[in-house]
Amino acid sequence: MFLEQYDVIVVGGGHAGCEAAAAAANMGSKTMLITMNLLTLAQMSCNPAMGGIGKGQIVREIDALGGYSGIVSDKSMIQFRMLNKSKGPAMWSPRCQSDRMLFAATWREMLEQTPNLHFFQDSVTGLIVSRGTVEGVVTAMGQKIYAKAVVLTNGTFLNGIIHVGEKQFGGGRMGEKGATGITEQLVSLGFESDRLKTGTPPRIDGRSLDYSKMEIQEGDLDEVAGFSYMPGTLPDFKNASFIDNARVKNRISGKQRHCWITYTSPEVHDILRTGFDRSPMFQGRIQGSGPRYCPSIEDKINRFADKDRHQLFVEPEGWNTVEIYVNGFSTSLPEEVQVKAIRKVPGFENAIFFRPGYAIEYDYFPPTQLQYTLETKLIKNLFFAGQINGTTGYEEAAGQGLVAGINAHNNVHGHPSFVLKRDEAYIGVLIDDLINKGTDEPYRMFTSRAEYRTLLRQDNADMRLTERSYEMGLAARERYELLQEKKKHIARIDEILNITMVEPEEVNEFLEKIGSAPLKERQKLSKLLLRPNIALKNLLPYLLPSVQQNLEAFDPLEMEQSEIHCKYKAYMDKEVEMVGKMKAMEELIIPESFNYEKLTALSIEARQKLNKIRPRTLGQASRISGVNPSDIQILMIFMGR
Amino acid sequence: MNLSSDTIAAIATAPGIGAIGIIRLSGPDAVSIANRIFKGKDLTLQPTHTLHFGHILNPEDPSELIDEVVVSLYLGTKSYTGEHTVEISGHGSPFILQNILNACIRAGARLAAPGEFTQRAFLNGKLDLAQAEAVADLIAADSKAAQQTALKQLRGGFSNDLKSLRDQLIQFAALIELELDFSDEDVEFADRTRFRALITEIKNASQQLIDSFRLGNVIKKGVSVAIIGKPNAGKSTLLNALLNEDRAIVSDIAGTTRDTIEETLNINGILFRLIDTAGIRTETTDIIEQIGVGKSLEKMREADVVIYLFDVETTTAAELRQQIDLFEQEQFKFILVANKCDISGISRAQERFTAISHPILYIAAKEKQAMDSIRQALFDTAVEGNIETENTIVTNARHHAALLNVVNSLTEVEQGMELGLSGELLSIDIRRSLQFLGEITGQVEVDRDILGTIFGKFCIGK
Repeated sequence: MFLEQYDVIVVGGGHAGCEAAAAAANMGSKTMLITMNLLTLAQMSCNPAMGGIGKGQIVREIDALGGYSGIVSDKSMIQFRMLNKSKGPAMWSPRCQSDRMLFAATWREMLEQTPNLHFFQDSVTGLIVSRGTVEGVVTAMGQKIYAKAVVLTNGTFLNGIIHVGEKQFGGGRMGEKGATGITEQLVSLGFESDRLKTGTPPRIDGRSLDYSKMEIQEGDLDEVAGFSYMPGTLPDFKNASFIDNARVKNRISGKQRHCWITYTSPEVHDILRTGFDRSPMFQGRIQGSGPRYCPSIEDKINRFADKDRHQLFVEPEGWNTVEIYVNGFSTSLPEEVQVKAIRKVPGFENAIFFRPGYAIEYDYFPPTQLQYTLETKLIKNLFFAGQINGTTGYEEAAGQGLVAGINAHNNVHGHPSFVLKRDEAYIGVLIDDLINKGTDEPYRMFTSRAEYRTLLRQDNADMRLTERSYEMGLAARERYELLQEKKKHIARIDEILNITMVEPEEVNEFLEKIGSAPLKERQKLSKLLLRPNIALKNLLPYLLPSVQQNLEAFDPLEMEQSEIHCKYKAYMDKEVEMVGKMKAMEELIIPESFNYEKLTALSIEARQKLNKIRPRTLGQASRISGVNPSDIQILMIFMGR
Repeated sequence: MNLSSDTIAAIATAPGIGAIGIIRLSGPDAVSIANRIFKGKDLTLQPTHTLHFGHILNPEDPSELIDEVVVSLYLGTKSYTGEHTVEISGHGSPFILQNILNACIRAGARLAAPGEFTQRAFLNGKLDLAQAEAVADLIAADSKAAQQTALKQLRGGFSNDLKSLRDQLIQFAALIELELDFSDEDVEFADRTRFRALITEIKNASQQLIDSFRLGNVIKKGVSVAIIGKPNAGKSTLLNALLNEDRAIVSDIAGTTRDTIEETLNINGILFRLIDTAGIRTETTDIIEQIGVGKSLEKMREADVVIYLFDVETTTAAELRQQIDLFEQEQFKFILVANKCDISGISRAQERFTAISHPILYIAAKEKQAMDSIRQALFDTAVEGNIETENTIVTNARHHAALLNVVNSLTEVEQGMELGLSGELLSIDIRRSLQFLGEITGQVEVDRDILGTIFGKFCIGK
């Protein structure tokens, strides 16, 4: 059936798979996306939301690199919030509620419009490997499809087992069968595999809920920044026509859909406890470890017994559906316990289930078996991305998929590898952490994992990444040109801030109002902006009309960018200095054949870890846990020049 | 870990020996740092390979002259390390050298890691691989020695203090990160007053550690020596004989308040601390008879060197053999001293112990005969016998420098709070202070600990 050989085959059509396929195809690789069900492309298996703290930055980066997640999120959002707006700009994090079905449909639409991309619906059961190089895949129907590179993005499907109370059955998602054969083959090829666990809450019929007993959580009313740097991707919230739907009981604010907040109670906890003797987690039927930051409700009441309530976010699943996602109520307790317990939650007294929550256990491959490109160390041209690397989250998966897709293309065409460093992107932090430290719980991004947090902001992902992507042949010309324009504007604003002198009589009234010390003599505008409580947009009306006019000619986002530079330069400089110090180490390449066993001066643990991970640079070696500073010094000496 | 982006300093001469000692500075700012503490010509204007006479000043109190010195300049690549190098030759006392080194550090240098000069020399193409291998072994050995030192300090409160300091900082960082990464969670965030109180507390704790570490203390710590022996072996006589002659030097060097019952002894610039001398003076504790009882053994284990004193007239070779076996089994560094050799004469005494292969010093403490041999043996054991005298000081000075950096970073956090800075900016300095602390404890990874603390203490997650 398949006569042609592909450049890149992507196995799996989730967030990682879709980004990988789009990237490879857009760069010019003849690409094939194989998935068990083409109707569930880019399915949001868990909560209907994209972004969040640390994750929103990743989506922005994907967009800046020319991936699709940002655009799809924008087009399918039903609510948008910029989180952490009260903190500094490094913490601002975009997050949206998505229309689950629209999200998947938009992805499919965009992929169908992507050149060089073929689709096939089947389950991959094995890889064709010859002399340490992958050459294609074999499907359940017995098709052999050949390619120069294969990207595996199997998510939770590899030997997936779903648990609800005492019931357990194989599956990759509720109602979808799992995938077998691949883990076994990879293990026979020498890969290590292990088990992880994750869970999801019940889905409820929104018509059965009493929202008057809950608090409303609204989206941002004044400004929706969105995820994509491209114009025209956001829904027209003000004139949205598809939301006048009485069935879904929209309480529309600024034409976005909103969420609700409610709480569990001691009574709810007591009912949940009655199911503990049938809990697959507490009874040890689940072996894999779950994420500590996303515990099930039973885990929360077990570990934090003194807390008499837990917050629940009631999230709509889309514009036109009554389905509700109960964020915070992830559980694998028996379904009747779930129903009984949730009906004690205010607003849920008559709740009707679409489906119960469940836990799922699946295979993953400890990511220390990967290179920075996400190519495996063992098999050439075989790449892993997403949950099979031990991560969790759509954003983390998509970011990896993008990097794997790019590098699969680069490998096949003999182009240099694409590696993002820790000071360049959250995606860089993610991959560096994974391949050097591994993970024993599903890995999620937090901003605190990034040591160069003030550099990796959501507002500057395009400045950080778009040029590189354009030069590599991924980001489109239009995107590149928009960035050049933006940079020009920012330089002009910088200049205005630096040459404008502010007279005391212009601004003292304003300063007094906000409790800031008045000016005694004229001062540069850029200097005045250093005061932490002064925002340019509040100060603007007090400045000379000519200055106002000059600045107002620019996009508010460009002004914001310039203001951030001005205000936080000292802190960014601190981090830039740290980057500089590490840079020397990052540039010291360790020869691939380096023999650590011979170096008895190294500690035994360091020798083992270094031997296993085989870092490419001294900087990388220094981040491997178990390798201490004196080991690095010893290595330095042996590497010479 | 920097590759020559900063300037390092260390004492370059062997510990405690010689009339002259050298402090070496290497790195881009070597000359300007030296110039900052040098009273004499402007060093930054001098050509390479020149010598300059002058004085080293205390950078914190420029009226205080630390030492009269000669400074040698090696600019550019024509130096041992292949980068700007300054050598300050001062007087050989470890106390003075340590003070000069301290001045360099306060003026902007960083204390060199073990073998770092050689490492830089290698990286700058000044050494071949064989030489480099020797350095690698040296670093490995040094880090073992540092571990040993750490073990010893484990018995004191130091490591506990560091641990609690780190815990507090992690807790603090966790509270800060909590409101950054989990601002939309249903948890209670600490208020700014609490933060300020916490940071002051942590800063005070670090400052206390620094104060407890003052250099005088470090020098005073020296090499610990236990004199043990049966009653009437002559321990107190030996002690007095050792001390009497050195009393003047002792008070001259130490210059610090003395601990209760410690006696100190200076031999060629190295300080020896005689432990449990009170017991010897009153002859009430009979250490040797209690060997095997935990406490006495513990005491000997605390000592860097054990002097085993025995009466040559009443001790048999078999008894001595037994003692040696015990010492060797416990891996003590020990010196065997036969006392009262004046009674039957040294040659008779030597004959009695021909079967013992371990060297024995034959003395007569009462007559102060052959006391120099003990002093020489102590010195040799300390310098060549692998006891890290100077290194203990350096290690501690490194701790001291790291702790100073901790306090500096914490001061920045405090100032940031006054300014009302957002948490992610405060966090930069908190993490820096954790990094500095990690230079002592070796715990360099912090984000997992911070996240672990958050997940352990707060119910996070939807």
